[in-house]
Amino acid sequence: MSETTKNTALFGLVFGLIVLTGFMQSWNVAVLILNMGLISAIMALGVNLQWGFAGLFNVGVMGFVALGGLAVVLTSAAPVEGAWSAGGWRIVIALLAGAGTIVGTVMVRQRMAAGRARNIATIAILVVGFFLYRGIFDPGVAAVEAINPALQGNLGGLNLPVLLAWPMGGLLAAGVAWLIGKTALGLRSDYLAIATLGIAEIIIAVMKNEDWLARGVKNVVGLDRPVPYEIDLQNSSAFINRAEGLGMDVATASSLFVKLNYSILFAVVLAIIFVMAQLALKSPWGRMMRAIRDNEVAAEAMGKDVTNRHLQIFVIGSAVCGIAGAMMTTLDGQLTPGTYNPLRYTFLIWVMVIVGGSGNNLGAVLGGFLIWFLWVQVEPMGLWLMEVITLGMAEDSGLKKHLIDSAAHMRLLTMGVILLLVLRFSPRGLIPEK
Amino acid sequence: MDFLNAIVALSNFVLIPAIAYGSQLALGALGVTLIYGILRFSNFAHGDTMAFGAMLAVLITWLLQSMGVSFGPLPTALLALPFAILGTMVLVLLTDRVVYRFYREQKAKPVILVIVSMGVMFIMNGLVRFIIGPNDQRFSDGERFIISVREFKAMTGLKEGLAIKTTQGITVVVAVICVALLFWYLNRTRTGKSMRAYSDNEDLALLSGINPERVVMYTWLIVAALATTAGVLYGLDKSFKPFVYFQLLLPIFASAIVGGLGSPLGAIAGGFVIAFSEVTITYAWKKVLKYMLPESLEPSSLVQLLSTDYKFAVSFVILIVVLLFKPTGLFKGKSV
Repeated sequence: MSETTKNTALFGLVFGLIVLTGFMQSWNVAVLILNMGLISAIMALGVNLQWGFAGLFNVGVMGFVALGGLAVVLTSAAPVEGAWSAGGWRIVIALLAGAGTIVGTVMVRQRMAAGRARNIATIAILVVGFFLYRGIFDPGVAAVEAINPALQGNLGGLNLPVLLAWPMGGLLAAGVAWLIGKTALGLRSDYLAIATLGIAEIIIAVMKNEDWLARGVKNVVGLDRPVPYEIDLQNSSAFINRAEGLGMDVATASSLFVKLNYSILFAVVLAIIFVMAQLALKSPWGRMMRAIRDNEVAAEAMGKDVTNRHLQIFVIGSAVCGIAGAMMTTLDGQLTPGTYNPLRYTFLIWVMVIVGGSGNNLGAVLGGFLIWFLWVQVEPMGLWLMEVITLGMAEDSGLKKHLIDSAAHMRLLTMGVILLLVLRFSPRGLIPEK
Repeated sequence: MDFLNAIVALSNFVLIPAIAYGSQLALGALGVTLIYGILRFSNFAHGDTMAFGAMLAVLITWLLQSMGVSFGPLPTALLALPFAILGTMVLVLLTDRVVYRFYREQKAKPVILVIVSMGVMFIMNGLVRFIIGPNDQRFSDGERFIISVREFKAMTGLKEGLAIKTTQGITVVVAVICVALLFWYLNRTRTGKSMRAYSDNEDLALLSGINPERVVMYTWLIVAALATTAGVLYGLDKSFKPFVYFQLLLPIFASAIVGGLGSPLGAIAGGFVIAFSEVTITYAWKKVLKYMLPESLEPSSLVQLLSTDYKFAVSFVILIVVLLFKPTGLFKGKSV
């Protein structure tokens, strides 16, 4: 079987499964899986850039996805009236003071000779800078958070079109990734993994606690949408006529129509990113990246700037994850920092990349769709399995109840088993790197 | 100024909780560091191994309680601990046989083993949630306090109270016993010595006739015992919730790296460094400063450097600082 046939068959299988969901469960569920599959595929492409191309072990995907979500609020939400004059500028000045402190510390450490004087100067700048920062920052935050706390209490956004939030999500994630890369990329594989794991937790902690930014765990709901609202469609006579012409229920038709609009938008973004990733992989730049991945020492001896290339691809890969994060938040219509969980947003993406085939963009896309499909469908399958297993048990048996209640937790187990099986029997993934 | 009250408040809110938390982290970090030293990878499944062990202890505790067994003033979970350790040992040996051994024979790169341990992490996490569910479980019983605030105030007549929870006392005592046993084992017994030799120089150890599979097996056994103990102690002190154990991974890794990966002594030191930094930086110092400063200087705010939700940030910053300035950690561990 040639490679193209095999790949086509694999993709055909996954889309066949999604279509089957449409027939067996409902088309709404099927299109939802498709939409999240598209987003997952983009995230997997981002991780594949870092791990597959360059061998960077980034387990902070969750952080960049969340930053993308934050960008949606900051870009598309309406500004909160009076927030900027009440304390917004104060917060900005405080953040600048904080940044200035860090820059000052770095400069002192670079300029001064090592010794006690330098250490004292470092500590002095940090302590003074910290209290200065808190001194400016705290009143500003208090003022902003006091504005209509039940509904607002944050700075709000720029009121720009929501589609613009997607590239903004990428930019925000890229900026933060640059900062992180500057400090952490010198670390070797294991350390980098732990460092990025920590950074992702910190990003989530900031988003949960800094209410002035995006309301923290109080969530921002009702974000703008790039597609029409269901209720408007249901009131439009043209749409009702068309739905009835197709013999569909208007409510179902409107929700399907909205979801399919999202699908088209997401598919366009995926196509653009995929083509760019493919071009990058085949370019001299991509070959250099893989050379660095396979043998850093040799690449460095050939005059390649390993540290800078790593930084570059770390920023690009994180930006792709940020774009996907922004798209996901737009799809949800709300930002809920409390729901970000590393198993779902970091390690699951890793499973997608490994199962699909690290180093191969097509593989990452396939992995994104396949694993997302399983992630959603394992739960009903597990429930069905448990019902079959417990068929012979008494109706009031405690074990039966426990087994059926626990079926929801089958998905983590299944993901682990899939990951281990692929690593063991097909370590290069379903569509291996060429 | 009132130093006595200040010291009591400091002990009550900072020193005692930090010592207990530090002991728990140290036990966890010892497990991570041993795996790193012998098997040469960072085990992402360690937090979930702790959760699995603690879960077994919770289940056995419930069984013992339903049978009417109790341990007097001490928590019944201590009686359940040995059984839980045995169960966890079976699980990790099984995992090693089914999963890790294959990659050891292949001489796979450490980073592949890390990814494999991610798979194991998923499975263990799923297993724990499957068996006991994702919710909070309380399983501590017996006396709640060694000294309660009221007793302490009556005893000393001070304004500030001091409470030592039984679980905190037990944590420290059990941790000291574990560490003493571990160091005795590593330094005095034949297997322990061969483990250290294997960790120092694999080839040399193999040449001198050390059986690597045996060393690996004993490592897993010790790691299972340490992880279960750490998990049970943490669960007794706070409460048992599977997801929290997963989140403990970060401070545990930070402790192991700060101390120097592969160095048992470093893991203990690292555990306390991380615990004390987390607690002191996120503690509201107003209460202590109130006693230390003259009335005119009394702080109006809480004097809390960072809110408690940023405790991850603290362990992380320490981790980064150590990695940047002393990459092998405080106690000269290995670098990858």
